[in-house]
Amino acid sequence: MTAPLLKVSGLEAFYGAAQILFSVEFELAPGEVVALMGRNGAGKTTTLESIMGLVDRRSGSVDFRGHELIGLRTYEIARLGLGFVPEDRRIFTDLTVIENLEVGRRNPSDAAQEPWTPDRLFSLFPNLAEARDRSAGRMSGGEQQMLTIARTLMGNPLAILLDEPSEGIAPIIVDQMIDMIAELKKSGVAILVSEQNLPFAATVADRAYVLDHGQIKYSGAIASLLNDEEVRRTYLEL
Amino acid sequence: MSLSGLFVQALNGLAAASTLFLLASGLSLIFGVTRIVNFAHGSLYMLGAYVAWSLTDRLQGVFGFWFAIFASAATIGVVGMLIELTILRRIYRAPELFQLLATFALTLVIKDATLAMWGAEDLLGPRAPGLAGAITILGRRVPQYDLALIASGPLVLIALQLLLTRTRWGVLVRAATQDREMVAALGVNQAVLFTSVFALGAALAGLGGALQLPREPAGLSMDMTAIGDAFVVVVVGGMGSIPGAFVAALLIAEVKALCIALGDWQTPLGFVVAFPKFTLVAEFAVMAIVLILRPWGLMGRPDVAIRPQATTSAQLAPPGRGYDLAYLVLGAVLLTVPLLVETRSYTLVFGIDVFVAILFAASLHFLMGPGGMHSFGHAAYFGLGAYAAALCAKALNLPMWSALLAAPVGGFIGAVVFGWFCVRLSGVYLAMLTLAFSQIVWSIVYQWDGLTGGSNGIVGVWPTSIFSSKAAYYCLTLIVCGGATFVLRRILFAPFGYAMRAARDSVTRSAAIGLDVRRIQWIAFAIAGAFAGLAGGLFAFSKGSISPETLGVGRSIDGLVMVLLGGVDTLTGPIVGASVFLFLQDQIARHVEYWRAMLGLFILALVLAFPAGIVGTIRQWTFRR
Repeated sequence: MTAPLLKVSGLEAFYGAAQILFSVEFELAPGEVVALMGRNGAGKTTTLESIMGLVDRRSGSVDFRGHELIGLRTYEIARLGLGFVPEDRRIFTDLTVIENLEVGRRNPSDAAQEPWTPDRLFSLFPNLAEARDRSAGRMSGGEQQMLTIARTLMGNPLAILLDEPSEGIAPIIVDQMIDMIAELKKSGVAILVSEQNLPFAATVADRAYVLDHGQIKYSGAIASLLNDEEVRRTYLEL
Repeated sequence: MSLSGLFVQALNGLAAASTLFLLASGLSLIFGVTRIVNFAHGSLYMLGAYVAWSLTDRLQGVFGFWFAIFASAATIGVVGMLIELTILRRIYRAPELFQLLATFALTLVIKDATLAMWGAEDLLGPRAPGLAGAITILGRRVPQYDLALIASGPLVLIALQLLLTRTRWGVLVRAATQDREMVAALGVNQAVLFTSVFALGAALAGLGGALQLPREPAGLSMDMTAIGDAFVVVVVGGMGSIPGAFVAALLIAEVKALCIALGDWQTPLGFVVAFPKFTLVAEFAVMAIVLILRPWGLMGRPDVAIRPQATTSAQLAPPGRGYDLAYLVLGAVLLTVPLLVETRSYTLVFGIDVFVAILFAASLHFLMGPGGMHSFGHAAYFGLGAYAAALCAKALNLPMWSALLAAPVGGFIGAVVFGWFCVRLSGVYLAMLTLAFSQIVWSIVYQWDGLTGGSNGIVGVWPTSIFSSKAAYYCLTLIVCGGATFVLRRILFAPFGYAMRAARDSVTRSAAIGLDVRRIQWIAFAIAGAFAGLAGGLFAFSKGSISPETLGVGRSIDGLVMVLLGGVDTLTGPIVGASVFLFLQDQIARHVEYWRAMLGLFILALVLAFPAGIVGTIRQWTFRR
């Protein structure tokens, strides 16, 4: 395996006095899609937010392209080429679709990258092209999910933290999402996707980590997770 | 009243609306992005007028004049930028009341700085060269400058809209108004955005002040009137909405103009209604009506929520036996003070002031801390109590005892009426409505000469013979205020107190377990009002006279400072806060010429040293270990 793009070790995170993550460790290699699995409340979202510096307090080490992220501010982390797509989408509903993309626009941190432009994104997400000048607040849930991903891509990230992309959207959009992730992977972007939905994760990811009560309980190829009934029953199925 | 008279007043209103809009748009912009309610915005406006006075004095001619105006705006923009960089930047994560306290401290510093640099006299500005004349419309003369001012409002509105929709900066500002954290996660450095927004808002305020100079002289009272007006406009328009601020500025300025135009009206019933007297009340009445019909303002959004109070409040533990004992011992010790000092000692006078302030602060703390309702107009209940007592004593010739009983009743009635409206709102909107009501009360008291004595107030309110000595009155206030403060504290640990804190922490969860949140908050309002009224009654008899200042904004703010100094989340907070505040005010005022600036700097130092509040900061320290 090549040197990891993102290497998390001994990550602990707190909300107020409550500790949410306990010594979380994992890696993401360039161009790889990794699933972070776990039930509701396992700490998936907190893990992604800790990497982005969006929690009250965190400790341990998060290495991204040789930079230590602990101690950096959120915007500095984003500028290093790490994109974040939140679970609850958080699009700017008062802004139009094109304005939402503008907020995310940043020059590529790697000169060799072909930069994302609105036009290039519109070919990847045809629905957005039609809604270009519409207020983002008037779009459907699926379209909003597409917009958050497109907005993050405008920053030309080298890696994306994708929080529960299949949550609460129609099955047909989920299929589009699968195609889109495959497309992104082809373009060389590494993706850490947090998921509860094992079939979805199995379709898109190469490897998987399983979180439970803020600790990593399993790591391995996604195919072995599918065959490991005990891990699935203990940590994933309801 | 003629049609042409109405027209001229309407034009006058439009000119005033432009100034209001310049002021309010900057305030709204700053609030939208930084979530800071900038109390110092009126001070920046005042500073704009003073800087413009100095610059227009040196620069002559049409070009010189307009250059001076825009240079003043730019200067204030730079001042705003420095304020943001040195002070506000450090307190973005502090509780919002602390931010408010910091910007309030700035008003004190700026006022004294202005006094030191330009003196106490009002400074008359030049007329605008080329626009000094008047043109005749419908047989009336309208100053040319007013027409220029009328145009400035829409011009600034259009410029701001273009800036916000056509530039990347504007798109980022609008995005940050909605979700700052997400903007940061997309790689935008908020610090730069905040600084630039604050500078622009300050420059707009400065421009408003500078443009006002040819119409009215620069004076030291401009800051407070301006901030009051600007708050009203922003709240009526909807916090964060620029078009909303424009509409609200027009509405309020025109309602005021209409009041002047209507003049005295002979009613068929015989009495005369003097509409011009309503100008002071008009804007607050408009605000009250708008907030009742649309609690988030004309063009605001319902979801502009201030951070939930629950995240910052600590748990209150019921005071133990030892605590009660300490309280009693302290009271007993204080009771011996009159034996140790001379009968007419200043210590006794100061002691009385402190006790009254403690009860006032405790009643405000009751509402703000455990009640979670931020009252910016608590002086209204204090003043209603004071006036109720003074009127009973003077107009009805009732004995002091019954007058002192009337005081809490006066505060109670006011709180019941105003509270009914206020509990329908929350956060900043609630705070602004309380301010509006207190201003309405102030205006009525100020203008109802026949009953309240107007600006002269009521004089000769002295205690009955047994309490005529300072020592006796000292003991009376100590016992009454000490007892009342104790009762307030007991209520916090009665079932009602728990229900009140539950309602503060989560409205929905409290409702789900069967609590009638509005009713609880309404009762809390009434209780706080009654105790503030009692403090007001004691105040009236201690001073012998009262004036509209008794229920002015200044007293409301003093109360806020006392509560915040002590700490919103502590039980002893109001006692410590009121004592410290009065001591500081007394010491600084006696020994330092620029006492306001000293007080302001002291508050700023405190806020910067304890950015999460005194209690919060201590908790953070212990937590880190």
